[in-house]
Amino acid sequence: MNIWLNFLIDSLAFGAVFIYGSTGEILTEKAGHLNLGIPGIMCMGGAGGCLVLNAIGKSALPPFVIVTLGILGALAFAMLCGGIYAFLTVTLRANQNVTGLTLTTFGVGLSKVIMTKLDTVVYLVSTRDYFRWPFAGRKDSLQLLGVLFFLAIAVALISSWVLFRTKTGLHLRAVGENPGTADAVGINVTRYKYLATLIGSGIAGLGGLYYIIDYMASQEAYLSVEAWGWLSIALVIFALWRPHMTIIGSTVFGILFSLGSFITNVSWIKVTMATIPLLKMLPYVVTILVLIISSIRNKRENQPPASLGLSYFREER
Amino acid sequence: MALQMRGITKRFGSVLANDHVDLDVYQGEILAILGENGCGKTTLMNMIAGIYFPDEGQILIDGREVVIRSPKDAFEHKIGMIHQHFKLVDLFTAAENIVLGVEEEGRYNPKNVVSRVREIAERYGFQLDPGKKIYDMSVSEKQTVEIIKVLYRGADILILDEPTAVLTPQEITRLFAVLRRMKEDGKSIIIITHKLNEVLEVSDRVAILRKGQHIATVNTAEMDESKLTYMMVGRRISLNIDRKEPADAVPRLVVQGLNLSSGEGIRVLKDITFTANGGEILGIAGIAGSGQRELLESIAGLQPVESGSIVFYNPKKDKPVTFFHKSMKKVRELAAEGAFHDREGKPVSFQGQSTAQIRKRVESGEVLFNEDEMMNLRNRTPLEIRQLGIHLSFVPEDRLGMGLVGNMDITDNMMLRSYRKGPHGFLDRKGPRAQAEQIIRELEVSTPGPSTTVRKLSGGNVQKVLVGREIAYAPKVLMAAYPVRGLDIGSSYTIYHLLNRQKEAGVAVIFVGEDLDVLLALCDRIMVINGGAVTGIVDARSATKEEIGLLMTRTERREEVREA
Repeated sequence: MNIWLNFLIDSLAFGAVFIYGSTGEILTEKAGHLNLGIPGIMCMGGAGGCLVLNAIGKSALPPFVIVTLGILGALAFAMLCGGIYAFLTVTLRANQNVTGLTLTTFGVGLSKVIMTKLDTVVYLVSTRDYFRWPFAGRKDSLQLLGVLFFLAIAVALISSWVLFRTKTGLHLRAVGENPGTADAVGINVTRYKYLATLIGSGIAGLGGLYYIIDYMASQEAYLSVEAWGWLSIALVIFALWRPHMTIIGSTVFGILFSLGSFITNVSWIKVTMATIPLLKMLPYVVTILVLIISSIRNKRENQPPASLGLSYFREER
Repeated sequence: MALQMRGITKRFGSVLANDHVDLDVYQGEILAILGENGCGKTTLMNMIAGIYFPDEGQILIDGREVVIRSPKDAFEHKIGMIHQHFKLVDLFTAAENIVLGVEEEGRYNPKNVVSRVREIAERYGFQLDPGKKIYDMSVSEKQTVEIIKVLYRGADILILDEPTAVLTPQEITRLFAVLRRMKEDGKSIIIITHKLNEVLEVSDRVAILRKGQHIATVNTAEMDESKLTYMMVGRRISLNIDRKEPADAVPRLVVQGLNLSSGEGIRVLKDITFTANGGEILGIAGIAGSGQRELLESIAGLQPVESGSIVFYNPKKDKPVTFFHKSMKKVRELAAEGAFHDREGKPVSFQGQSTAQIRKRVESGEVLFNEDEMMNLRNRTPLEIRQLGIHLSFVPEDRLGMGLVGNMDITDNMMLRSYRKGPHGFLDRKGPRAQAEQIIRELEVSTPGPSTTVRKLSGGNVQKVLVGREIAYAPKVLMAAYPVRGLDIGSSYTIYHLLNRQKEAGVAVIFVGEDLDVLLALCDRIMVINGGAVTGIVDARSATKEEIGLLMTRTERREEVREA
């Protein structure tokens, strides 16, 4: 297959990590909560999934069940972290930035402890092909597009549909824009904030699992999940808080990020080792550009939710 | 009988907001709840709307006792409240805001919502585009959305909290027409207000509250303004503003072709030209946010303007130079221009003198500043204006944000005007303290003493302290933005009298107001602005409310406007 097509598919597959991370973050932010714990939650999601797979990887369970249980493991761990965040920021109204950053430190550290205790052969080598259904065993890069890749696309599209086409989405956006108004019309603000944070965290957690088990499928993969978490948060701005836009954004990020390693394979371009880090910087440069452009255009619809980062107190005298 | 309240009591800490209030609301009537600020009108209505829960008493709907714990409960009993501060999501369309939180059968279909909104709007005569975003709407449109939001939920009892506060007279007429149509449709309307003329115009009955207690409910037809005031305030107060003819009015502040753009590049003041005369009150009328704030702030030196001139005519002569320490270069420049003179009236020259020599001459008080000439205030900071010896007082709209420091006591707030006066780097506290005591005594500020933190005072007392301080500065120009907003009738009239006294003392008073009745009764001339441009300047003695209302919404200046 053409190396350019390979490159594109590889970028798509890599981008799915960000689709999970940023779709999860968008849902949380739409409820008015800036969750900087996403990197930690992605790490914990990955670790949780691997922990379950480590237990059942060598068992005689059908592949479908193993994949499902792995996903549920990731969801459970990520949502547990999301639950901590939600309890602190929604119920106790703690500062969202501090809580999120703490959660990231916690999640990254704990996930590393868990991952070093696991057996790569069991959780990774024996289950990898199950996750790569339906293209498992192929020699070209199509093998990179597995169950979790298609799930990522579906999650992003469904999230957008829910947010912008259903009453639930309308209510959720109202909570993030103006919780006082939402409260006055009888929307349960606390419930929406909790659910958005929990579901968003769960989705982000799948990104960690996908990266470790499927996309990289290597022993060292878990070490870089945190970095992708931060990039996912940047991507939220790139996608202008629209989950379906993360598909495009993630692919662009994927392309830009893979460019560094890909470009060395292209015979007619000369690169030195020094230029590769510069190329790897591109996604961040693009994020800054998008921020500048969206600020200059100053369209109300492209701005973050109005009450993002603010705790909601019901007005009392 | 649609709704009955029996013995409703609500406490906030030690404050008794409502004291055993009984109230009946009939079907198909407009009931006005009248009372001064802080008398518990809004609290009482919030208990029907589910915002607060009463400590004692019962609420009965159609004769059955009900418990209303949340706005949702209120909606279930077909009660809806339109709050004074609109509760709308700016980013959503009218239709989206209206349907927010409504539980309906079947799938959510925006098209059905839009057609139902249209249906309600047509039925009662509202004008509304359901697809318009809230951030593009005028205040009146937003209010329409709020009312339809309540009707969409099937409310039969509508409570409107101060609905006319932000509307133009034409919009008020339209609102009242809609309210009457709803009444004919069998709905019960409760309108909270403190404006007597509106009560008399629109309501069938009036319930009067005073200090949390229900005084009486009477038929509007049997009432007039003075009877209502008496019941509302509990004592007779004169509702007449004693307006004297301006005595030898001379131009004091001349603004010409003033232009100002906001940070986002939107023009907020467009070619504003007017003259404020000493011994006269110039009113400024306009819909909130038409540029009133920006205009006053640019005159006060808080906003750098783009073009135009602000010229102040200082009436004082032979005033010793006091701004010496500011800039020696400036002093030399002004002297070269012939701005200074000595006691005999001969021009003072500093030609060839050293800084120390000049300093000595200035400090001895022999150098006099001839202030009779024009002084351009444009783009001078408030401190520069003060150092020029120009007495310009500004009572800003945002009292505790711009006017006073809430966490400081009354004396310290007085010192905000005088802190530079102290000897040798120490502050002079005695003068400001005496001034604080004088203001407390003369303006009847209810406070334990001058060392009370301003934040602890009530709105009316805060305003008295602020206006008192600005008047104590012996201004030549006094600008007051919404000085009676949130004040009860008694305090409002104290402020009106203060402004009138300043006018009689020859001060040029600029009064930005929202109540057109007050503007017409207090001011000598009224300048109307809309969208940052002057749409007319009228004589307050002959103008009508309708005339001003039209000017408030017109976009360009009409040539044949009667200049006063």
